[in-house]
Amino acid sequence: MGYVQGLKCRECGREYPKDPINICAFCFGPLEVVYRYEEIAKVLSRERITSRPPNMWRYLELLPLDDAPTVGKDVGYTPLVRAENLARSLGVSELYIKNDAVSYPTLSFKDRVVAVAVSKAKEFDFDTIACASTGNLANAVAACAASAGLKSYVFIPADLEQGKIMGTQVFGTNLVGIQGNYDDVNRLCTEVADKHRWAFVNINLRPFYAEGSKTFGYEIVEQLGWRLPQNVVVPMAGGSLITKLKKSFQELTKIGLVEEGRTKMFGAQATGCSPIVTAVKKGTDLFKPVKPDTIAKSLAIGNPADGFYAIQTMTDSGGWGEEVTDDEIVEAMKLLAETEGIFTETAGGVTLGVTKKLIEQGKIPRDESIVVSITGNGLKTQEALLGRLQKHPVIDSRLDSFEALLVEKQSRL
Amino acid sequence: MKRKVYLTFPQKLIRDPLIYRVGHEFRVVTNIRCASVTDEIGVVGLEFEGEPEEIGRAMEYLKSRGVLVEPVVMNVIE
Repeated sequence: MGYVQGLKCRECGREYPKDPINICAFCFGPLEVVYRYEEIAKVLSRERITSRPPNMWRYLELLPLDDAPTVGKDVGYTPLVRAENLARSLGVSELYIKNDAVSYPTLSFKDRVVAVAVSKAKEFDFDTIACASTGNLANAVAACAASAGLKSYVFIPADLEQGKIMGTQVFGTNLVGIQGNYDDVNRLCTEVADKHRWAFVNINLRPFYAEGSKTFGYEIVEQLGWRLPQNVVVPMAGGSLITKLKKSFQELTKIGLVEEGRTKMFGAQATGCSPIVTAVKKGTDLFKPVKPDTIAKSLAIGNPADGFYAIQTMTDSGGWGEEVTDDEIVEAMKLLAETEGIFTETAGGVTLGVTKKLIEQGKIPRDESIVVSITGNGLKTQEALLGRLQKHPVIDSRLDSFEALLVEKQSRL
Repeated sequence: MKRKVYLTFPQKLIRDPLIYRVGHEFRVVTNIRCASVTDEIGVVGLEFEGEPEEIGRAMEYLKSRGVLVEPVVMNVIE
């Protein structure tokens, strides 16, 4: 089983066998999984997909496993919410929220990529899973490795907040804090990955890991009734998700599951870390690395590995990139919560804040379908809202005190 | 030992022959594998070959001159 032909360098096109490698030995270009699409087209149909359980593996033929998944079997198929209230507020006609804030099991879209990486790690016979993370990826790796019965190492900067540490440590992982700045943590992790035969999900398993993101896109298309959205807004950290969403739409078109169409891809970053958006606005395809300074910690990657390809994806599709300040991020988080009852993390605030801006700028037409990609849960980044919400009233336990409060509230309306 | 890195040169360093200097001042072989240079920024994919300490010293030298030296996988903290 399995429809992977091999790996191919995105830059020079050299081909490699499907091994745990991620960089072209010749030109250092990233490696990409290549499939035998003619064979997939023969076996995969809308009927076949819809007859399967509602999880990300209903698109198994388009994922880089040789056999059925062995872990993370219930990940995926999160709701695509028709957001009528938010649409009214933004003045658009057809708006959807793809809501991975409720992803199983760790409440972010990283569950998807990690499910693929850990299943692939088992196929490659690794006994240890590893990653370097400041939050969502750490949670997903620790949880998935625990359920797979594999050892795991999670590397974090030594000064990471307590809340984030707990959400990882509870899974019994080997958590290692590293002193130094982000560059030091980054360098050490690549050295560890070079030395130990471990499955580093976003280093040596990166080509396979990143493919898990495509399921976010397949689900959007299926949940829209097998049609491509006209506009998609995507948060960008390393820039991988936006390129993989584009790939997912192209693949479904290629194997005939959806009619050809054009989806404009829009990328969202925070002003305190916007190397990709800055390059798009300048019209260049080389971005300048930055030192992140934003409350959107899950998007704080100053030198994004897929930045170049994210820029291409946006400009080739007729999309654009935009950024929002920390205040705008918080306002957007509140707007989503108050209109649709969805509590997203700061990254979701970035995505919705940017969507709002792009609509106001006329870059996203008000009468076209729009999908906003929400990739994480607000419960994980509650510190971002500290002191940002109105203080609630406290009264004594008498009915007349409550009635007085009610009168006061109504008089303010 | 070999080590693959990306070097990012800010605008003010683009005209300095720093890779040439590294090859002369340290006992390392430098092998450029890819490069992209605009008038604002230069990015070079480079493989060092030599003793680990010497490669470390060469990388420190480049950093001290203002070059961003990163593993080819770039940022892996997600």
